[in-house]
Amino acid sequence: MNDKVTATGAALEFINEIKADHGEIMFHQSGGCCDGSSPMCYPVGDFKLGDGDIKLGEIGGAEFYIGGAQYEVWKHTNLIIDVVPGRGGMFSLDNGREKRFLTRSEICEI
Amino acid sequence: MNKMDVTRTASRVFKEKYGNFINGEFVEPLTGKYFDNVSPVNGQVICQIARSDERDVEAALDAAHAAKAAWGKSSQSERGIILNKIAQVMEDNIELLAEADTWDNGKPIRETMAADLPLAIDHFRYFGGVVRAQEGSIAQIDNDTVAYHFNEPLGVVAQIIPWNFPLLMATWKLAPALAAGNCVVIKPAEQTPASIMILMELIQDILPKGVLNVVQGFGLEAGKPLASSKRVAKVAFTGETTTGRLIMQYASENLIPVTMELGGKSPNIFFEDVCSKDDDFFDKAIEGFVMFALNQGEVCTCPSRALIQESIYDEFMERALKRVAEIVQGDPLDPNTMIGAQCSSEQLEKILSYIEIGKQEGAEILAGGAQPALSDDIKDGYYVQPTVFKGHNKMRVFQEEIFGPVVSVTTFKTEEEALEIANDTLYGLGAGVWSRDANICYRFGRAIEAGRVWTNCYHAYPAHAAFGGYKQSGFGRENHLKMLEHYQQTKNMLVSYSPQKLGFF
Repeated sequence: MNDKVTATGAALEFINEIKADHGEIMFHQSGGCCDGSSPMCYPVGDFKLGDGDIKLGEIGGAEFYIGGAQYEVWKHTNLIIDVVPGRGGMFSLDNGREKRFLTRSEICEI
Repeated sequence: MNKMDVTRTASRVFKEKYGNFINGEFVEPLTGKYFDNVSPVNGQVICQIARSDERDVEAALDAAHAAKAAWGKSSQSERGIILNKIAQVMEDNIELLAEADTWDNGKPIRETMAADLPLAIDHFRYFGGVVRAQEGSIAQIDNDTVAYHFNEPLGVVAQIIPWNFPLLMATWKLAPALAAGNCVVIKPAEQTPASIMILMELIQDILPKGVLNVVQGFGLEAGKPLASSKRVAKVAFTGETTTGRLIMQYASENLIPVTMELGGKSPNIFFEDVCSKDDDFFDKAIEGFVMFALNQGEVCTCPSRALIQESIYDEFMERALKRVAEIVQGDPLDPNTMIGAQCSSEQLEKILSYIEIGKQEGAEILAGGAQPALSDDIKDGYYVQPTVFKGHNKMRVFQEEIFGPVVSVTTFKTEEEALEIANDTLYGLGAGVWSRDANICYRFGRAIEAGRVWTNCYHAYPAHAAFGGYKQSGFGRENHLKMLEHYQQTKNMLVSYSPQKLGFF
């Protein structure tokens, strides 16, 4: 099985916590400055996906997307969504919970 | 720099807790909730900050809307004088503000004293002055018809600022918006919320009530209601791409303009002639390379990709790595410290995860690559060694912004190859070009797809030079007189001075 995105046990547990409060959620991988590289998590329907977004897979029943251009330069890595202490995350649903999702990566065959 | 009288505890600098600054007053959040503000210097709580929600945002918007008519009609000279007064108060309290920013963000006091605060002060003075020099236009359409163009304020604007330069980034957004006659509701980053409250205490009585309002809290609870509000005429945002898209999405629903500054992966290009003499210029170029460590690399324009002409690679890197090894890392409050703490624990985690990716990708570590061993009083802070990778431009560590003190080095043989690598990136915010040949400098400056090309310099941020991105780095500009127009409407009065009818009816 060559999943482009997977989640650690802690991340799956955290996803369930957030779903309990907010219902169905989805992820979009961010890039750029500040909180860039964070996996942002939103209620389904809140973030409008475009034709260019690529679905990497699902974690804990939540769809996980990345922008097409970003996918092209990240595609030699698989993403592993983990949880670390922290509070940032902008408008992401992990914000303010004193822990947040973190994208780890491992090299893969393209 | 002489040893400043800095305290070893933050309690001399900060009050125990801060609410919001709304309508010229310090008020408790309507939520009644506060959160702990942790200093990256030592991982300790330095104060509590209001954890606001949409009710506080609405209260701030009420205040801003009540103030906008009078402020929008105030004269440019009146606003200019007020901005200059703010600058003067900041200058008079520079040590306090610098120390507050250092506790809040983790950056060395050397930088807050020599860069963040002096730049912020100058920025208020610049916009206080340049708004008086801005002119509309008059165009003669025909002999009896004249088009007048006036610059008018937008009204009430929302600003969401990042945590990497808490006071300076606030100033970059506040100074032009206020100069142009807008009222502002600003949401500081929850990672660095405190220093701006000290600034508000200092300038509380300078601005009319309601013109500037600060709502503290988390992005999800306070930032989102502000960014999606139907009561703002513009949103200015600095941050990352996914949130940038979300804010544009809200703006599209409200049909309002936005400006976006979303980061970069800036190339810093060193041509072989920098090494042709061992002189001041070569020394300056080496400093230009080491600029990746400025502000712990937490700069949107961090020169995080170094492109070095192959013929000088060994000679250049020998000198450069020696300079990297001389970077003093430690207590940000020590004036000798050159690199301090990363802004938050999760930022530290992210940087370490990128160092791990770089290793997996086969990039060679030439310097750093780990956390430093530091003294007991700061061992719980968030520190990373300045790190130099060598690899190629397709690696993740060359393609994505790490926002840490990490530079990825590669080589090129020809000018064509240098340009191809420089532009092979999603982003286009900054770039550096280093050469003694003016023709190379000019051609590269024009050919690089980035909004700011530092030429034989790096990390200079004068108020009178436009700053902003190409490609996925965003759009709109900050700094410079031109920026005022991002906070203004154009009013056209089309006037006929002819008594004669057109003759259609």
